[in-house]
Amino acid sequence: MSPNMPAVEHALLRQRTADLTPIRHLHCTCVSSEFLVKMAKSKAARKSGENMKITSSCETVVQGMDDEDDEELQRALADDIISASEDEGGSDDERKHCKLLEAISSLGGKKRKKLTERSEASIQVSEFTVNAEGEGDKIHLSDLIGTLDKTPSALIKTKKQLKNLQHNQSTLETPLTRKETEKIQREVAFEKTSKEVSRWQSVVLQNQKAEQLVFPLNQEPSGPKRIEQVVAGWKAQTPLEQEIFSLLRMNKQPLHDPVLTPTEEASLRAMSLEEAKIRRAELQKTRVLQSYYEAKAKRGKRIKSKKYHRIQKKVMRKEYLKQFDEMVKTDPAAALEELKKMELSRMKERMSLKHQNSGKWAKSKAIMAKYDDGARKAMQKQLEVNKDLTQKLVIPADEDEEDEEESAETLPDFVNDVEPILDQVNPWMRGKLSTEPMMEESNRLHPPVWPREVGKPGEGRDDQEEDEEQMEETEEESLLRGFEERRKLRQTEDVKVAPMTMEENDDGKKAEILEISDDDEEAVEISDDEEALEVSDDEEAGLSNFTSLFHGLVNHMEPPADQPKAGPGLGQGESPALLEEGLVRVRTLEDVELLSQDISASDTALLTTRDLGTEETDTQSATQQADKKRKKMIDPNEVLTKEAKVIEMPLAPTAVEDVEDKEEQRVIIKEAFAGDDVISDFLKDKRKQEEAGRPKVIDLTLPGWGEWGGLGLQPSRSKRKRFRVKVAPPPPRQDQKLPNIIIAEKRDSSIAAHQVCQLPFPFENPIQFERTIRSPVGRTWNTQNTVQKITAPKVVTQLGAIIEPIAREDLIKDIRQAVTGPSINLESDQGPQKKRRSQQKKKHKRKKN
Amino acid sequence: KTTRGMLSDSRVFDACENRKSKRRKKQSPTDFRLSRLRRDSSGTSRSNWKINTMIMKTNNSIYLCRQSFFPSRNSCSPVQFRNSSFIHIHAMKVKVLSRNPDDYVRETKLDIQRVPRNYDPSLHPFEVPREYTRALNATKLERVFAKPFLASLDGHRDGVNCMAKHPKSLSTMLSGSCDGEVVWNLTKRECVRTLQAHEGFVRGMVVRFCGTSFFTVGDDKTIKQWKMETPGYGEEEEPLNTILGKSVFTSIDHHQKEGVFVTCGQQVDIWDEQRSSPIRSFSWGVDSFSCVRFNPVETELLASCASDRSIVLYDMREATPLKKVIMNMRSNTLCWNPMEAYNFTCSNEDYNLYTYDMRYLDKPFTVHMDHVSAVLDVDYSPTGKEFVSASFDKTIRIFPKDSGHSREVYHTKRMQHVISIKWSSDNKYILSASDEMNIRLWKANASEKLGLLAPREKAAVNYSQKLKEKFQHHPQIRRISRHRHLPKSIYSQSKELRVMKEARRRKERNVRKHSKPGSMPVVTEKEKHVVTVVK
Repeated sequence: MSPNMPAVEHALLRQRTADLTPIRHLHCTCVSSEFLVKMAKSKAARKSGENMKITSSCETVVQGMDDEDDEELQRALADDIISASEDEGGSDDERKHCKLLEAISSLGGKKRKKLTERSEASIQVSEFTVNAEGEGDKIHLSDLIGTLDKTPSALIKTKKQLKNLQHNQSTLETPLTRKETEKIQREVAFEKTSKEVSRWQSVVLQNQKAEQLVFPLNQEPSGPKRIEQVVAGWKAQTPLEQEIFSLLRMNKQPLHDPVLTPTEEASLRAMSLEEAKIRRAELQKTRVLQSYYEAKAKRGKRIKSKKYHRIQKKVMRKEYLKQFDEMVKTDPAAALEELKKMELSRMKERMSLKHQNSGKWAKSKAIMAKYDDGARKAMQKQLEVNKDLTQKLVIPADEDEEDEEESAETLPDFVNDVEPILDQVNPWMRGKLSTEPMMEESNRLHPPVWPREVGKPGEGRDDQEEDEEQMEETEEESLLRGFEERRKLRQTEDVKVAPMTMEENDDGKKAEILEISDDDEEAVEISDDEEALEVSDDEEAGLSNFTSLFHGLVNHMEPPADQPKAGPGLGQGESPALLEEGLVRVRTLEDVELLSQDISASDTALLTTRDLGTEETDTQSATQQADKKRKKMIDPNEVLTKEAKVIEMPLAPTAVEDVEDKEEQRVIIKEAFAGDDVISDFLKDKRKQEEAGRPKVIDLTLPGWGEWGGLGLQPSRSKRKRFRVKVAPPPPRQDQKLPNIIIAEKRDSSIAAHQVCQLPFPFENPIQFERTIRSPVGRTWNTQNTVQKITAPKVVTQLGAIIEPIAREDLIKDIRQAVTGPSINLESDQGPQKKRRSQQKKKHKRKKN
Repeated sequence: KTTRGMLSDSRVFDACENRKSKRRKKQSPTDFRLSRLRRDSSGTSRSNWKINTMIMKTNNSIYLCRQSFFPSRNSCSPVQFRNSSFIHIHAMKVKVLSRNPDDYVRETKLDIQRVPRNYDPSLHPFEVPREYTRALNATKLERVFAKPFLASLDGHRDGVNCMAKHPKSLSTMLSGSCDGEVVWNLTKRECVRTLQAHEGFVRGMVVRFCGTSFFTVGDDKTIKQWKMETPGYGEEEEPLNTILGKSVFTSIDHHQKEGVFVTCGQQVDIWDEQRSSPIRSFSWGVDSFSCVRFNPVETELLASCASDRSIVLYDMREATPLKKVIMNMRSNTLCWNPMEAYNFTCSNEDYNLYTYDMRYLDKPFTVHMDHVSAVLDVDYSPTGKEFVSASFDKTIRIFPKDSGHSREVYHTKRMQHVISIKWSSDNKYILSASDEMNIRLWKANASEKLGLLAPREKAAVNYSQKLKEKFQHHPQIRRISRHRHLPKSIYSQSKELRVMKEARRRKERNVRKHSKPGSMPVVTEKEKHVVTVVK
């Protein structure tokens, strides 16, 4: 550069200071290139070190400029930079110039004031190295373009642009201070690093939770490696190898796991060998069964014996009925369907004449029937079939005959029932008896009737036939045998009970019953002679007894119209005896006494209690027998050794009606708490504790020492006396005189020092803590393996091994494990689907990044 | 009559079987038994009931067979019952007493005799009391055998100011004193090499990650790099490299994997080994730093303790520091957890140590209290589970990383203010350097038996450890396991501190009680010590 450079600069600077000092407050971003060049030059004069800053600041300003201008500027700046070092010498001159300039500018009237003001340097010299002089003065565009106008060669394009920008009113925000930018930078950087560091979170947590950590961390497992592991690292290198591998790959042959091809794997995955075997076995079994049944059916079909088929059919029918019964219980809807079907078949039967006597066969049989017993039976059978089929399923209750048949043919329900528990402690059970006794009673009165003998139509059949049937009905038999046994048992009981029941009944009434029953029986005989004939006399009597009883009950329920003579008498005579137990209040004499005691406290209630008492005595006579059977109620007087204090309560009511109500309530409460007897339990408990605390006599006698010993030989009395050690009685119990308290004397203060008094931190309740303590650890209680497992230390370090800090590779490995699976080898084992998934995940990750 | 018949019957079979067994001795016992049964059920005539009782002896097993069939229903008669009434008739039942010799015969003479054991809990009662006694004994024994002090390495002629672990060798250790420095061989407990590194204090030293050379900084404003090998005969002891700095360096640390190290003094400088000027320097309105440490896991991260009571975090890749937290008192040193990338612990002047999560600096997640004077140094165990701290109160304490109180305290009569501490990289030993010119070697686990353990020994140790852990909450065991002897001064001082703390708490409580509700917020112990976090 020329030596007269300062002069030029002088001029330029003057211009600048006059026109456009504070660049920061420019209206627009675009500045003419010339101006910038000038500015840059002026700056360059100062210091070489500042050069860089200027260029950068200039560049920021010049954003909107054209390319040509940009180049120009660059060139100019480059010149400056080069010249900067040369200008060092002229710095003194420059300072002088500055002073001069300032002096000149201070001559101007306006600006004098400002200069006289003293201010902070930081305000005047901003960090962008531009003087803050004249801050607040705005620069107009005309000021900037003024110089352009003079030069005719000024760019029209830029002019246009500037003019356009003049309309734009928005100003550019001032860039942030360094402090603030650094703060932002720091924050961003911190965010970034903390995010980066947070990747370790999972690993850290995992290590914290790990049962056992073995340091150094990533040790390679000792011992032989799997062949796949070794092979995986190996690469085909020679051309031959490569060729072979490419061939293998083309044919989808397995490379690493040299056992199965993908297709084979797929087939394996479809069904394992074991599964296949099981399936095959199942199929075989079903096939065998099928063929077996087929063969059986064929055989059955080929059998010509009619009897066989008949029996078969019968069996089938029975089976069907059984199924139906079950169905009624399990699936009522389906049962209804079946019922409909049965109804349909019945209708068909009624329409057709199949089992009537009109058929050819039937007619011939009818002729033969007179002479041939078999024929008669066959006919009867056919008729029976007809009857069976046409029988209505829902049997009307009012028909006496039907009832009779029912009672005779089917066993009464209570036979199947479990014998009622005659628990008289619990009044609930007693209450239940109120519905039961009639059944019970009838059961007692009911003589042993074996229904099979009564109901069987084919009584006179051949023995053989019967045998066959028996063979068929073994199942039924076994069931029935059970019943029989029960019945026998009950009979033996009845023998004992019967007299009592008989006593209860009046003799006259019994006679009446018998008469009635006889009448009934006659009616039955008329209706069905065949059956009646076979019923033996004893049975007849029994049956009649039963039926009469039944009638009596029915009459009692609903006063009969058709039996005016016997009905009412029976109803009155029988019912109290039968339903006695049900009606009896659960209130004993003692209760009444207690009650009366209570009530006697108040005068008003006294009368009523007397009344009650008399009533009770009346009823007492009636319920005497029942009372005998009953067990005693819990009686506080009996249980408590001490006299219970009578708590004065306003129990006794003022009104007479209320008394009864309360009594009822009392009874109810007593009933409700009849089972749990708290007081006696407590007393028992106390007594037990006392017993336990009492010292026991220690017998140290050793048989055989000093005398003969052996089986059946007792040591002598003197010896026993000598070796019996008596222990001194302990001090009296603390709760000796406190009847309602048990003071535990077991607590040992010497143990307390060894016991945990506060629940330790991680535990939430004592049970949890106790559980951890209770499970033993040692070899005495556990197997070797368990002990090893339990006592494994949390941190294992190897002797003499340097433990490196956890490496970033571990993290990457962990993450990969989380994504794909435990190891690379397994990856190759995975199915194609899994692989794809992992790839997808990877892709996803990449996208995220 | 029947009895005799039965006997004869069985005798016949017996004979049969004996003959057979002679023929094939090798047959397994089960087969033998089965064949016998088959013969019984099929061989005899149509008699429907039959009872056989017999005892058979073979070479090593005894069979007791009783066999009875339920008489079939149709042939059941009371007479027959009466005849056989001495035997309970039930469904066929075979009882076998047999033992597999594999269970009790040892394979060779050298084996230990097999002792079969029945683990039925009813046979081994009082599990808890027995284990409790064992635990108590184990605890007592632990205290009896707690002898942590191993050796004292003396040779320095001034207080030892810093130490460095060798990253590749467990037996090598470096120590820098106030006048020079020494390389030690730990297994022989002798000094291997002495060199005059700096004039004045050696402030810090670190071994390069490869273990071939080490760096030292001193009060003479230099950083020197030395070879690890001793110079050969006739060679002069000269540093590989010397960098002259502008100010005193107080600490140095080396990158875990690259040839980059960091120093601190007036500012934190990051140096490339190849260059003589720092590649980056950070300063954030602080004039002096006391300690700087690289994160061993996230190797680009740094943390430093500054004299303005702050801890500053840096990232080597960033142009600016990351964050700083200002505490009530100055932190002397800090150490990163080698297993948890974001955790570090700093030793503070206020007698406490603070463990921070670098992501959440607003409060430490654990405050470790127990020292009764300023804590001067801290070092993590290589497992990252515990750390050891050295204090001005002449003790060393070992803290679990997440517990507020120490599990162990080491001291000796002669040990003065402990200035530097290191935990050996095999997790077994602790090295402490103190004012009185000695370096001491301690066991990290006071009662641990050193050297190889026999498997049974190891099992016993594990078991007693587990027992102690199981019963740790029981008062006696806790008392014994926590019992430590302390020097009187420390004991009384800690007591005093406790009283002071209690008094302060009481006062605060009272003030809170008598002030407007809400005007005195409760400040937790963790929050108390942090002044502010500067972003």
